Amino acid sequence: MIPGLPPLIGSLIMSAIVLGFVVGLVAYTTLLERKFAARMQSRVGPYRVGPHGLFQPIADGIKLLLKEDLVPASADRMVFNLAPVVFVVPCLLIFATIPFAPGIGVADLNIGVLFFLAVSSMEIVGLFMAGWGSNNKYALISVMRAVNQIISYDLPLLFAALVPVMLAGSLKMSDIAAAQGGGFWFIFYPVLGQIGFLAFMIAGVAAENRTPFDILEAESELVAGFRVEYSGMKFGLIQLGEYAHVIGTSFLGALLFLGAWAGPGPAWLAPLWFLIKAMLVFLLFTWVRWSFVRIKVDQILAVSWKLLLPLTLGLVLVTAVVVVMRGSHG
Amino acid sequence: MAEVRAIDYTGSERLTMNMGPQHPSAHGVFRAILTLEGEKIVGVDAVIGYLHRCHEKLAENLAYVQYPSIASKTDYVAAMSSELAYVMAAEKIAQFEVPKRAQYLRVIVNELQRVASHCLWLGTWCLDMGGALGGGTSIFLYCIRERETVLDLFESLVGARLLYGFHQVGGVRYDLPAGWAEQCRATIDTIGKRLFEYEEMLEDNAFFEARTRNVGVISSALAQDVGVSGPLLRASGVDFDLRRDQPYSSYQDFQFKVPVETEGDCHARYRVRMVEFRESIRIVRQVLDSLPEGPISSRPGVKSLGQVRVPKGEAYARVEGPRGEVGCYLVADGSQKPYRMKWRGASFSNLAVLPYILPGVTVADVVAIMGSVDPVFGEVDR
Repeated sequence: MIPGLPPLIGSLIMSAIVLGFVVGLVAYTTLLERKFAARMQSRVGPYRVGPHGLFQPIADGIKLLLKEDLVPASADRMVFNLAPVVFVVPCLLIFATIPFAPGIGVADLNIGVLFFLAVSSMEIVGLFMAGWGSNNKYALISVMRAVNQIISYDLPLLFAALVPVMLAGSLKMSDIAAAQGGGFWFIFYPVLGQIGFLAFMIAGVAAENRTPFDILEAESELVAGFRVEYSGMKFGLIQLGEYAHVIGTSFLGALLFLGAWAGPGPAWLAPLWFLIKAMLVFLLFTWVRWSFVRIKVDQILAVSWKLLLPLTLGLVLVTAVVVVMRGSHG
Repeated sequence: MAEVRAIDYTGSERLTMNMGPQHPSAHGVFRAILTLEGEKIVGVDAVIGYLHRCHEKLAENLAYVQYPSIASKTDYVAAMSSELAYVMAAEKIAQFEVPKRAQYLRVIVNELQRVASHCLWLGTWCLDMGGALGGGTSIFLYCIRERETVLDLFESLVGARLLYGFHQVGGVRYDLPAGWAEQCRATIDTIGKRLFEYEEMLEDNAFFEARTRNVGVISSALAQDVGVSGPLLRASGVDFDLRRDQPYSSYQDFQFKVPVETEGDCHARYRVRMVEFRESIRIVRQVLDSLPEGPISSRPGVKSLGQVRVPKGEAYARVEGPRGEVGCYLVADGSQKPYRMKWRGASFSNLAVLPYILPGVTVADVVAIMGSVDPVFGEVDR
């Protein structure tokens, strides 16, 4: 919302800004991830394009735009071409409810967290369309796995996110952030906060299909999974969607557990603090990604249903008890 | 003998999937036609031959002084062992004597080769399980970093990094350059230390354990039936190592342990190879400590094709390569070229075990098992 403008126009301008910001952020988090992974593996990472490889994401983007756009002869053309769009839209839509600082955001819905989680799991539709439309066996197996995995991990993610929601007593993101003012972030909440954050991270990694849970990409088994037939900008869109999803989840994690924009310094630093915390969560995801080997699909399902789901359910139960015991203004 | 299950392509629930010949985890050009029921493998049809280069026919047309460089192209990841098998067969027929120093140098390069080859195995295996964009790459790059240092040693010794031509009939072609021994000690010390890091990174990782324990079990009986050798055989509980049981090239002078595991799964093969890493390093240290002075070849340096003539006769020489027994059967007719050569590639026999152990596992296990078998397709197809 921008003061002084009609709400509709204000929201439009704001969403354009946020969209531009997210796309730029995606480009540069890929560079961040590549640099981070390179350091882990005693390499240098991108270095040639611009100082310290800073223009690498731009070069990559141009390359993807110039690539030939291939559609397999036996693919279902419409589904195949539509899939990247269907995939990328929910991944960008999740940023709509995130308030980047007090009052800065597209729409601070009163069911923000619910909206975020509901929309982010919509990406599976695009995924499945991509795998089905490609008419490729690797892609088909990949999306079969994907549906399994996303159904299994959305519940633990939701329950883990419910812990801060219950502690704050609101689904509205700005309320949750405000409840963590004064330095008492929910990750510091004894036991509940830490376990909740851990469960959120694990379920988050799985929901984003990143190693060790990236069975649907699984390039050593399924070549590239659902995107094996995609090239050029369609591939770019899928990539954009995946990273936007990861970054969105990082922002959500920072908001739910790390106190969102709370930090020392003047008020205008708030978005910066939020960004730093979100990148910290993102680097945690990255760190996990570059240190583990992938596990098998049956093991992934077992982790979810036998460990994570009971754990987070119990956590929600205990949180409820705590919230009731301390009264509504604890 | 265990039966390979016949592949029945009928049935609407089955999916036939090609893995290879171009596939990220095929380790070369190998085609496995998998019949799947969901994620489960019910049948496997292995197709090889994409890399066939007529090695055995080539051997009939190349002189004894020429072929060792070609022999290195069979198992190009462990070129030193392949060369050694060929020259040993020729020496056996002609009963050429090999000076002690040459024998010791052969041991050094073969054990360094084993270290380099196992580095590549560990890296690519983890890459198969961990993905090119995941933890697997981290291990892969660490292993390649170590392998490069060993290849640096070979480069300063021979001048080549992958295919050497180091061995010749009657000895070796190159002596150690000045300062090489110190460089070698420093390299193997570093690798010996880094092995602990890998073990820590892998064995403390529950996902790695979950991917390798009880996966791809080769029973001791099956291993012997099919004729697998090397680390696979020892991981299945058969205590057999040519270096100890039929010593060649003065292996009897050195102390080393032959690791044996009984589980026969991917994890057992991993443990066997990790011990072999260390034992190889131990052997190299011992050789460097006791390297005798003297000539490096009983024959003059190579000047002409007809220089080596092997009298009429035949012999089989076997070498314990990094992947198992590398054998060379040579029939000589008294000329400068062999009459016939038959190669036994370790990977070829090891790969033959796949149709027995793959049915019943999932797609994800296939790559873990393939990686643990560690085939090199130059040696499978020859």
